[in-house]
Amino acid sequence: MRSGDVGYLGLAASLVLIAVALAISLRLALRLERDLVVSVVRGLVQLLIVGAALAIIIDPDTSLVWSWLWVAGIVVFAAATNKRRAPAVPGLFWIALVANGASAIVGFGVAFGLGIFPVEGRTLVPIAGMLIGNSMKSGIVVAERLVEALADGRAEVEARLALGQPWTAASRPIVRSALRVALSPQIENTKALGIVFLPGAMTGLILAGVEPLDAVLVQLALMYLILGGTATTTAITALGSVRRLFTDDHRLVALLRSRRDVG
Amino acid sequence: MTEAAPLFSFESVSVGPPDARRLDRLDAELPVGGLTVIAGPSGSGKSTLLRLCNRLEVPSAGVVRHRGTDVAQRDPLQLRREVAMVFQRPVTFPGTVLDNLREADPACDEQRGAELLERAGLDASFLTRDAGELSGGEAQRACLARSLATNPRVMLMDEPTSALDAKASAVLERLGQQLVGAGTPVVWVTHSEAQLRRLADHVLLLEGGHAQRSGAAKEVPGGAER
Repeated sequence: MRSGDVGYLGLAASLVLIAVALAISLRLALRLERDLVVSVVRGLVQLLIVGAALAIIIDPDTSLVWSWLWVAGIVVFAAATNKRRAPAVPGLFWIALVANGASAIVGFGVAFGLGIFPVEGRTLVPIAGMLIGNSMKSGIVVAERLVEALADGRAEVEARLALGQPWTAASRPIVRSALRVALSPQIENTKALGIVFLPGAMTGLILAGVEPLDAVLVQLALMYLILGGTATTTAITALGSVRRLFTDDHRLVALLRSRRDVG
Repeated sequence: MTEAAPLFSFESVSVGPPDARRLDRLDAELPVGGLTVIAGPSGSGKSTLLRLCNRLEVPSAGVVRHRGTDVAQRDPLQLRREVAMVFQRPVTFPGTVLDNLREADPACDEQRGAELLERAGLDASFLTRDAGELSGGEAQRACLARSLATNPRVMLMDEPTSALDAKASAVLERLGQQLVGAGTPVVWVTHSEAQLRRLADHVLLLEGGHAQRSGAAKEVPGGAER
């Protein structure tokens, strides 16, 4: 048994911490017990299925087509999640599909095009998961933030529109601020690398017995890919969304959080 | 463009879904000269009517004309620079007052800025003031100056004194009248009967999304009964 092997007994032991979380929830009447149990069971089942499927996909005898299909599935799922979280943006599914797809293309282009990683089943799916997972999070933040800020800031946007500014100029301060909010966590993570934050891939590799320096190189390459991918997704989501929140004749569409006075 | 045409005309204009009309098949005309007051109780559609004039809002049905031309046929950005608007609450942008003026006219220098401020009752020392630190009355006048920076031919004022104290309101009312005196027609929305009596050359009274009465101020005493 290698040092990184957990085994089912080890996994069961780690559930002790879930018991701690349950105890806290009960003691403080947070009513999170059901959510906690559901999330633990769901996560367990999902990951076991993914593990089994990955075992098939990374088999050198399995066609790479299955890996690419998996990647496509991740992109579609990410777009659907994004759409669900910011339903006020018309057509957000398609915007997010393009945005996350672009992140995958840019990320894969660098990772595989420049030969950082070999194109294999065991690299394609995990890299796509990490890349799109992070891109999706930032895409959701930027879309949610845009809708909120445009609804709350309708008075300022309309004051700019009333001066004859086109929607691009009238929305610029809000788009900039939403992009900053969405990208900051990823930038901060990258800054804090190794000091506060020991990222997942590196931790996993070290736990699995890989030399720390090798693990660091893999992690750095991944972090840079993720940062680039996140920036790509966030920019496309923000610009695509804001376009759909204004009409062709430069009016801000009605938004759920609007508080405009009607006299 | 037809010079004899009304400043704005509304032909069977409806706004909002059929079960929640904010304006309902409204027919009205606003004359070219002077200060027109649009009055009515809260929710009567006054602000909606005003927002149709610079196309911040579009009708669900009917036609809005500006000097005879359907506003839907106009370039909305050009229309908004001709038909300027001062809002209920002053919205200043980050930066100095001069920065604010440059949002409307990027070529605005200090001399032109001072001229614009003078027309809005502020002296040139305000140019370098942080717009976020002005009092309510000063901010509303800075917003008026900013709206004037596009050289508008019409000024729409949407309850511009509702967030101001009596003294600041009086200043803004005087500025509105000065604009009219200088040849720029003003359309002023209010729910205050007293303000209507002080300001109006022409009156349009709205109720429940319909035009109740309209005409020269002295012919529409109904405003005083509200």
